[in-house]
Amino acid sequence: MWRAMRRRTMFVGMALVAALVLAACGSSGPSRPGSSDGALLWAIEGGVDAVYQDSVDRFNESRSDGPGVELQTFQNDPYKQKLRVAIGADSPPDVFFGWGGGVLESYATAGKVHDLTPALRKDPSWRNKFLANVMETVTFDGKVYGIPVRGMQPVVLYYNKELFRQHGARPPKTWQDLLNLVSTFSSKGVTPISLGGASPWTYLMWEEYLVDRLGGPEVFDAILAGKPNAWSHPAVLQANRMIQQLIDAGAFGEGYASVNYDTGQQAALLYTNKAAMNLMGSWDYSAIVDSQPQFIKSGKLGWTTFPEVPNGSGDPNNVVGNTTNYYSVTKKSANKQVAIDYLKNTVMDEQYVDKLIELGDVPPVKGIDKKLAGAENGDYLQYIYNLAQNAPSFELSWDQALPPEQAEPLLTNLEQLFLKKITPRQFSTAMNGTLK
Amino acid sequence: MTAARTGPSRLLLLPAVAFFALFALAPMLIVLGLSFFSWDGLDTPRWTGIDNWTRFMRDSVTHNAIWLSIKVMIFSWLLQTPISMLLGVYLAGKQRNRAVLAAVYILPLLLSAAAIGITWKSLLDPNFGLLGITGDVFGIPALRQDWLGNGDLALYVVVFVIGWQFIPFHTLLYQAATRQIPQSLYEAASIDGAGPVRKFASITFPQLRYTMVTSSTLILVGSLTYFDLVFVITHGGPGHATRILPLDMYVNGFESYHMGYASAIAVVLVLFGVAVSMLLVKLSGFTKMRSRMEGV
Repeated sequence: MWRAMRRRTMFVGMALVAALVLAACGSSGPSRPGSSDGALLWAIEGGVDAVYQDSVDRFNESRSDGPGVELQTFQNDPYKQKLRVAIGADSPPDVFFGWGGGVLESYATAGKVHDLTPALRKDPSWRNKFLANVMETVTFDGKVYGIPVRGMQPVVLYYNKELFRQHGARPPKTWQDLLNLVSTFSSKGVTPISLGGASPWTYLMWEEYLVDRLGGPEVFDAILAGKPNAWSHPAVLQANRMIQQLIDAGAFGEGYASVNYDTGQQAALLYTNKAAMNLMGSWDYSAIVDSQPQFIKSGKLGWTTFPEVPNGSGDPNNVVGNTTNYYSVTKKSANKQVAIDYLKNTVMDEQYVDKLIELGDVPPVKGIDKKLAGAENGDYLQYIYNLAQNAPSFELSWDQALPPEQAEPLLTNLEQLFLKKITPRQFSTAMNGTLK
Repeated sequence: MTAARTGPSRLLLLPAVAFFALFALAPMLIVLGLSFFSWDGLDTPRWTGIDNWTRFMRDSVTHNAIWLSIKVMIFSWLLQTPISMLLGVYLAGKQRNRAVLAAVYILPLLLSAAAIGITWKSLLDPNFGLLGITGDVFGIPALRQDWLGNGDLALYVVVFVIGWQFIPFHTLLYQAATRQIPQSLYEAASIDGAGPVRKFASITFPQLRYTMVTSSTLILVGSLTYFDLVFVITHGGPGHATRILPLDMYVNGFESYHMGYASAIAVVLVLFGVAVSMLLVKLSGFTKMRSRMEGV
């Protein structure tokens, strides 16, 4: 009797445990993907959320009978990891937001992203809508994996016109001009150039532009292709020597290593008259519109291209930056047709483009000169449009172009270089070790 | 196996054991297994034998991370233990205003690590930070430092902020322990003519011994696995100046996507943590649990 009862309790206990275990295993991943009530769309928040939401609403209204699209937005850095985990675990959204380049390529090679080429080929007017150099970032082996969703974001040199006027300075055209400005401003107690070193990717803009000006885009192409010792190219070594030259001259002030980009301090240094120049992607313009519109309205914000360097073989019209952002469709998606319909009919249609321009974003779409000229801040928007459109090379930010395994060491080594913990030669040696 | 055991059936342990196995043991074993693979989180893991472990032996960044973790452990202990003990003993008393002060001291405990990190980061900001501005106003230029951007300072600043967050918790431990000490001991000491310092040294301090072991174990093992605050406040920077071992693991796993190598670091962290706590227990005689109440 005792025995039997014991056995029974044991059995009940085990059944309970089994049930718990099964319950724990059964709820893997979000239940959303593949459901029949529409396509799930992931994007990052900030800047133009209203445009995303408006396009989704309009699309859903237009197809009141069929499945629509649902938008979810996330913060930038956590989003990248969330996406990676979701894609790796095979429970991705139907459409995801990205930057193109090496990250997207690694998803594409792993067979996780839907090839959009057939859909684009069926509809030439869709394919021809976008600027060609922008589509290169999402084209791998001749196949297109993404559709632009935002404005172009070339890196430009912003400057504080008020400070420039006060000290009789003019925007730099050459490297020597820049060095002269550095000594002018630092002797007056103004930080010559603001830099948000607590977010090490802000260092990258200097490296990218200097290498491009010195050696052209071929230098980084060789790095991307994994050519042995590509990081030891003379242009890389020279660029890094010039960076350390800037640091020695006090170009970035004292505390640049702990200036925090994420809380807006790099731009704040510029518009609070603490710093004279700021090398940053065009998204900083939207950020200043957002936090200190008066600074722009009163005409204090100036912008210019990155200066020419002595003996540089790169075209001074080249730009670097984020070409734009893209939506890609996942291979796993059960709603590919809905997703493609949405991308084709609503994203970058007339109203979408207008709304982007309204917010200071310059869409990578052909033939919008007139629209830009008529908009508020028209001269700035046209400047960005022509800069990006006429650039012989529009190089994608290196941390996005490289696969993540190489991007992370790039940022830490660059940080070491800016802190003068390593020499240009040590930088090249360390980075050569990441090539494969 | 002789006398019948009394008390509830051992079967009642089953759910707890199952949960422990499922959510603690199983992941640990999987991580141990994963440390012999190369995996980027997308493709299928590829067997690479001891590659991750040979890299662990050679990787100077990880070695530096281990050293930094040990430093954080030691400095955290040195900072937190005396302050918590003194505060705890003080708060166990019956002075006026004690309740109000206690509420203020305990406040940091209620904040999340992320909030603490963001707050201190903006306080310590070299251009717009309140600390720098205070320094200017009161003419103390030493306050305007590049606190988090200077590689020689950043680690100590981080240890300080960790202390700021956790001292309240340890204070509570010491306060509770001090209240457990029988009043008669103090009365006897008073009769023998002992002053407050003597009472603290001869009664309070020895009586707090086991609390000290508990608190120290929590501080040491806690610092070893500490992550969130450092992640928010410096993200391991500048350079590698505050890249402690858990952060090194995270960066390798979730930023460089070397999951195999990150798993190897995780295994080391587990072993290190277990070793530290076992060593502490052994050294302190905690297992013997001799009563500290002889003669009371």
